[in-house]
Amino acid sequence: MSTTQKAAVAAVAAALGVTALAGCGSSDDAAPGSGSGSTKGSGSKTVTLVSHDSFNASKDVLKEFTRETGYTVKVLKSGDAGAALNQEILTKGSPRGDVFFGVDNTLLSRALDNGLFTPYEAKGLDRVPADVQLDADKHRVTPVDTGDICVNYDKKYFADKKLAPPKTFADLAKPAYRNLLVTENAATSSPGLGFLLGTVSAYGEDGYQDYWKKLKDNGVKVVDGWEQAYNEEFSGSAGGKKAKADRPLVVSYASSPPVEVLYADPQPKTAPTGVATGTCFRQIEFAGLLDGAKNEAGGKALLDFLIGKKFQEDMPLTMFVSPVAKDAKVPELFTKFGATADKPATVAPDTIAKNREQWVQSWSSLVVK
Amino acid sequence: MAVPVAFFAVFFAYPVAAIVGRGLKADGVWQFGRFGEVLARPEIREVLWFTLWQALASTALTLLIALPGAYVFARFDFPGKQVLRAVVTVPFVLPTVVVGTAFLALLGRGGLLDELWGVRLDTTVWAILLAHVFFNYAVVVRTVGGLWAQLDPRQEEAARVLGAGRFAAWRRVTLPALAPAVAAAALMVFLFTFTSFGVVQILGGPGFSTLEVEIYRQTAQLLALPTAAVLTLVQFAAVGAILAVHAWTVRRRERALKLVDPAQTARRPSGAGQWTLLAGVLLSVLLLILLPLAVLVERSLGGAGFAYYRALTSADANSGTFLVAPIEAIGNSLRYAVVATLIALVVGGLAAAALTRRAGRLVRGFDALLMLPLGVSAVTVGFGFLITLDKPPLDLRTSWILVPLAQALVGVPFVVRTMLPVLRAVDARLREAAAVLGASPLRAWREVDFPLVRRALLVAAGFAFAVSLGEFGATVFIARPDNPTLPVAVARLLGRSGELNYGQAMALSTILMLVCAVSLLLLERIRTDRSGEF
Repeated sequence: MSTTQKAAVAAVAAALGVTALAGCGSSDDAAPGSGSGSTKGSGSKTVTLVSHDSFNASKDVLKEFTRETGYTVKVLKSGDAGAALNQEILTKGSPRGDVFFGVDNTLLSRALDNGLFTPYEAKGLDRVPADVQLDADKHRVTPVDTGDICVNYDKKYFADKKLAPPKTFADLAKPAYRNLLVTENAATSSPGLGFLLGTVSAYGEDGYQDYWKKLKDNGVKVVDGWEQAYNEEFSGSAGGKKAKADRPLVVSYASSPPVEVLYADPQPKTAPTGVATGTCFRQIEFAGLLDGAKNEAGGKALLDFLIGKKFQEDMPLTMFVSPVAKDAKVPELFTKFGATADKPATVAPDTIAKNREQWVQSWSSLVVK
Repeated sequence: MAVPVAFFAVFFAYPVAAIVGRGLKADGVWQFGRFGEVLARPEIREVLWFTLWQALASTALTLLIALPGAYVFARFDFPGKQVLRAVVTVPFVLPTVVVGTAFLALLGRGGLLDELWGVRLDTTVWAILLAHVFFNYAVVVRTVGGLWAQLDPRQEEAARVLGAGRFAAWRRVTLPALAPAVAAAALMVFLFTFTSFGVVQILGGPGFSTLEVEIYRQTAQLLALPTAAVLTLVQFAAVGAILAVHAWTVRRRERALKLVDPAQTARRPSGAGQWTLLAGVLLSVLLLILLPLAVLVERSLGGAGFAYYRALTSADANSGTFLVAPIEAIGNSLRYAVVATLIALVVGGLAAAALTRRAGRLVRGFDALLMLPLGVSAVTVGFGFLITLDKPPLDLRTSWILVPLAQALVGVPFVVRTMLPVLRAVDARLREAAAVLGASPLRAWREVDFPLVRRALLVAAGFAFAVSLGEFGATVFIARPDNPTLPVAVARLLGRSGELNYGQAMALSTILMLVCAVSLLLLERIRTDRSGEF
């Protein structure tokens, strides 16, 4: 053991030695106390939030948290939602952070079954509707936002063709919309999985396969990830226009149209894309205090803050999701260009947990092969 | 030897072993039965079969297209040759997110092929194969062309004087001398395409999956560690076998060949045949390498002039995608790459030095071991880091040093491969003479070895630097949001909708491409006569 330790120390010394040479350490102006992994002790003024790559928050809002509580937030992003959660499961008991944000209702059971979180009832939870509190009796996780996965359409295409855009799952299988839809691989992409779950919810566990057979006959195209589907295949997005994409229907989010407006220069008066509001699956994202968190007090304060008004009102334009707190005002851009789903589809987390693998498997052999 | 061994033990062998062990051990007992179980599954067999045949096809196609290029770069003199040689190397160090996007633009709908002949190749295996040629062209040009340039053409001429036909002379004289280099290049291309990840994921669509893609899917998406562990070991075995054969061909290549200064072997092409060959090679480079790169530039300008570039300087334009302006990713990338390069130079340099001084089976095994990180999936290493480097003094999981450490793992093989031939060429008698004259080992190194290897060291540093700049797989797991690297920033921008984000992704990709091109161009200026195998 001692030789291994010596070897390890030698290696680190070598590594850190060259670091000092490069003068890199000083120019690396990260959050305080993050210079090396071993400095975050108890009573630390830093609270670490582990999340997926899509996590965003305005600088001002994070500063506000520091002003209110004295804690500085350090954010650690680790891949897409699935990968981020799986890394937490691997490091269970010795987590890299204090709070994990970004487990959704499709993966919630995996997190809970692995005992990832310490129960904590966040302050202000009474402002959050009961229907999104999926762990209300134990409070291991706190709902933070909701987002709808829906088919988006290219307004210009349908106007030019004088064709009404589709509204429902059933529409998508109609001959008028042949070869128009692109979706993501349900095995590798969370919108892809959400859309599959939406069809399961709409057609039942017995009927969804028949529905997908129809979609396949109607020329649905499957690509691996949202980036390809949206930026390369979908004719309504900015990227797709450049790529001369030819699919006017894509599985994306109800909040995608406002993004097309916000990130266009000059900003158009209306969004170039619309949402088929009858094709939505509701995602609920949760946060929880990690079991073994070094800064439990800070983590609890952060959970309170995540459902607080300030953070909730910041989310729509940073992460393009809807707040869960009833008192949070949604920005005009969001209400004006976004869409509300007609009765979004939901599936209970337990049912998802039990059947996810099998649904995805049969979907793959049906649609991908 | 202690430092490289320790480095690899702590930052490679231990993490990888731990994550594989997590998958294959249940209640402390190894479950080797899982091999049969996993390998019997039809979808896994399909993955194995596809991995193998696409790698074979990619290698064959790359050789077919790049060997004439190797010849042209070795034997012809033409204006812009140095620049062009640097440019064809740029793809090798570009991250696949960037390349995938460029290729989609070229081969997908509305791409050049589509507009000219209505041909679309996206989500076909052709897109994968062509992208593999794009990536690996430089491997062949550098490995084979580097040697070709140093073969004395007079040997072939002598054979012709003695009555051999042009082809016979080439087959009898040049080909045998070149064969080991061709084999080594083919094996490297095979290794890179066998473990292909991003290209297959982006261009192949869900119908295609290589072992590496499947390991990623099983680990990161499904957390099916047993399956992932079995696949990792299968890939490990395959890569080990490839490297063993590669090491053997390299040793054969090191047999004495009469080498000359490459500057003397290249001349201006003469005759219609040579001009046609040159034109053909330039055309293939134009179509396969310059065109995809040009598409990136074109999209980054996107009719809006430099608007996307200007937007990169502001953090507000992205309202939270980054805590800092995306342009700062350039600084981050450069800083990480400097640290990674230094680590790679220390570790790789010491390893190369140790390998020169000692011989024997054990040392040769170590030589191959240093190459292994090139063939082990980033997700395996990344997840291994998570479960092993979690206790002080080595709780590095949230430390920035992990990024350069992971990048150095990929850089070390390049340093070793570049340094080794040069170090081996240093005459040991010089060192002994210095020692006899009373010089300490350090002094002897400084006075004898260092001046001889200085340029090789610079070339090695340049390669490690460029590879670190483009490294994506491992970095994406550990890069922190307050200091993303260029490839990570590109991926993040591509992950969001909106015109500005897309345009900025293209602009950043273009910048990354230029930084890589400039560092490689500088390398061309300091290349040594025998600068190794890359």
